[in-house]
Amino acid sequence: MKFKLKVWRQKTATAPGKLVEYQAKDVSPNTSFLEMLDVVNEGLVAQGKEPIAFDSDCREGICGTCSLTINGEAHGPDHPGAACEVYMRRFKDGETIVVEPFRAKPFPLIKDLVVDRSALDRIVQAGGFIAARAGSAPEANSILVPKHEADRSMEAAACIGCGACAAACPNASAMLFTAAKVSHLAFLPQGQPERTTRVLKMVTAMDAEGFGNCTNTYECEAVCPASISASLIAKLNREYAIASLKRRAGE
Amino acid sequence: MIGTLDSRIPSGPLAQKWATHKDHARLVSPNNRRKFQVIVVGSGLAGGAAAATLGELGYNVKCFCYQDSPRRAHSIAAQGGINAAKNYQNDGDSVFRLFYDTIKGGDFRSREANVYRLAEVSNLIIDHCVEQGVPFAREYGGLLANRSFGGAQVSRTFYARGQTGQQLLLGAYQALCRQIAAGTVAMFPQTEMLDLVLVDGHAKGIITRSLVTGKIAAHAADAVVLATGGYGNVFYLSTNARGCNVTATYRAYKKGALFANPCFTQIHPTCIPVSGQNQSKLTLMSESLRNDGRVWVPKKAGDKRSPKQIPEEERDYYLERKYPSFGNLAPRDISSRAAKEVCDEGRGVGESGRGVYLDFADAINRVGEQTIRERYGNLFHIYEKITGENAYERPMRIYPAVHYTMGGLWVDYNLMSNIPGLHVIGEANFSDHGANRLGASALMQGLADGYFVLPYTLPVYLAGQIGKRPPTDHQEFCKAEDEVRARTTKLLSINGSRSVDSFHRELGFLLWDKCGMARNTRGLREALTWIPEMREQFWRDVRVPGIGKEFNQSLERAGRVADFLEFAELMCIDALTRDESCGGHFREEHQTPDGEALRDDEHFADVFAWEYQGNGSIAAPKLHREPLVFETVELTQRSYK
Repeated sequence: MKFKLKVWRQKTATAPGKLVEYQAKDVSPNTSFLEMLDVVNEGLVAQGKEPIAFDSDCREGICGTCSLTINGEAHGPDHPGAACEVYMRRFKDGETIVVEPFRAKPFPLIKDLVVDRSALDRIVQAGGFIAARAGSAPEANSILVPKHEADRSMEAAACIGCGACAAACPNASAMLFTAAKVSHLAFLPQGQPERTTRVLKMVTAMDAEGFGNCTNTYECEAVCPASISASLIAKLNREYAIASLKRRAGE
Repeated sequence: MIGTLDSRIPSGPLAQKWATHKDHARLVSPNNRRKFQVIVVGSGLAGGAAAATLGELGYNVKCFCYQDSPRRAHSIAAQGGINAAKNYQNDGDSVFRLFYDTIKGGDFRSREANVYRLAEVSNLIIDHCVEQGVPFAREYGGLLANRSFGGAQVSRTFYARGQTGQQLLLGAYQALCRQIAAGTVAMFPQTEMLDLVLVDGHAKGIITRSLVTGKIAAHAADAVVLATGGYGNVFYLSTNARGCNVTATYRAYKKGALFANPCFTQIHPTCIPVSGQNQSKLTLMSESLRNDGRVWVPKKAGDKRSPKQIPEEERDYYLERKYPSFGNLAPRDISSRAAKEVCDEGRGVGESGRGVYLDFADAINRVGEQTIRERYGNLFHIYEKITGENAYERPMRIYPAVHYTMGGLWVDYNLMSNIPGLHVIGEANFSDHGANRLGASALMQGLADGYFVLPYTLPVYLAGQIGKRPPTDHQEFCKAEDEVRARTTKLLSINGSRSVDSFHRELGFLLWDKCGMARNTRGLREALTWIPEMREQFWRDVRVPGIGKEFNQSLERAGRVADFLEFAELMCIDALTRDESCGGHFREEHQTPDGEALRDDEHFADVFAWEYQGNGSIAAPKLHREPLVFETVELTQRSYK
């Protein structure tokens, strides 16, 4: 197969960027999208040019490092899945493919297709944890968790922290990300003591990072590689409302 | 050499050693802890857990990782589960049995005392992770669920769907985030350690490069902890993440830390087979699949019929046939070799002929597709993404791939290397898995070291070190920084004709061929003549575009591949010197009549710890041997029949 690529190139955070055209030739349909970019990069190095900078690590959809917007879709056409799980058999031979970084104001660009997503870490640092010191835990089976609750917690905990939700959202909202973390811990008995403060702190941090608000367009859910349900955003809103009321009532 | 090869294993009965050691170990009092600065390199299960726990205790911690967030460390990709001796299934498990299975699984090439301690603390890990909010699988009554893994006849593996590593790492990451917010841990993401700094023979700091700005910086500390994972990427194609590398441990080796058993690498039996030339990495299909999947190939060589057309009596379920008591759950080294053997006989499946079937048809008939989907849904999904095939309808094709490295820096019972102050935890050390690691034991070891061992053993060193932290303008820091700068400049200035990846690929294929699933004297000698030539060519002809003071992925990789090109030689020397077969180290010259690994306990029941003397033409590394003393277990020919 062969493809025409239009790839976002930008040398530094402040330099102007633009789409640059490249050809990808003799591509096997069983090549992954990132491997196709590897081959293009090998060609660029051979010509003495700078290769395209893009992020990836595990290349099996779990680490959340890869962050490409392919033909306008965060993580490309093969949902649910990360960009590293997109294979070239998904595209038509001869197709033009536009490759851009994840774009959201709280994700400043580093180079070409690489952005800084540390804003997501800071939301977790604000309260996305259970304060449990190593060595202080009770026997694991002493607290029962109904399977249904454990499953719901697991579904929320599956978030890979890639930031596609914010990149796909017209408002650059990170509500799905925050909702996933808040819900993961709120569904579990161990998460109850800090439930109120956790959601308040995380939402405050999310707003401070400059992420926008949710206006129910559900682009986040559509591109989420971990199939996190947008219904968790409603849960986040409920958690936040109840926590705010409790806080106001002085609890 | 620096220090001695003293394992510092406490005396007394095996089951009492750890308790006795803790009772008598030196402590650092709470108000003194904040006077110490500890560097932790790596933020996976071992490093993340250690940094968080040391922070909780009140030490000042600096934690470094090359990823853009500590949550992305490669522990995240572990799928199947984590072992613990809880005996929740009432099926005969115990701390001793977990210990014994691990020692036997490692083909009697690990230390009894370390492995026993690992089994002992395994239960604490499960308690702690549950408390952190790790959503382990549960039964309908709300109790924790278990499944079986290879090399054990009990169900002791705890799991969170096929994403156990991710969930355990998020637990450690959240604990780390809490400490970052509390100010006890300073996190340095996208920062790579490029050298270790020794002052008066003690590890007192590191030199790093920011992967974003290219800035090279010195960091001083009272102790350094390496939790930088394994070196499987030396093979180019492996299940490791693209960024995994040997640089931190190799740099420490070049500064005098001993590297132990580097040839002990694990080839995992169930990975998606290689397809095409441009493949950049291999993907594991969790061993847990062998709970329900049956492994087979056609009985006839060259049988190209589709799997459904091959009738039952013409299939060879070779693991069940050869190892009836463990069947499809035979340990990894044994299952991998068995797959290689049937493929070598021309009975492999798929286009390349390097593949075997992992078939779920029987399990689906027995428990229904829905149950299989619940157990392994995400794995079937990954499989379909990569191969375009639906494994509910046709068997998966799998083949062994490099997955884990049991070798690593030599450490004593306190997890300290021979360099005072340099501690090594998780996959980066050598101590617990011998010549073969059992499934679901890597997560156990990483978290054991990070949460429950290092926090007790680090004070043994630190207690004597108050006020001994050197300033970063000490001449040793300046010297190391200059060396790092010079090396970076050199890599950028060669401006040859070949890409970094082309060298990495060439090295990897050579190693897979000569130092992979089977090794022999001739092949290893060939590799040892090729590697120095490849290295010489690299330093003459590599092309690294861009500059040092910027985000430069080619430069990052060039540094790592340069270290792989040296480290590969050490691996082959180790493989050649260990003139026996054991676990994953299969020397073709040493096998039983039915093709199993044949150990030579009389000559090789030792840890091989190598001391750097220079590479290739300069000088061969110097071998130090730590005899393995078995007080409790009897060394037997490992049998899973």
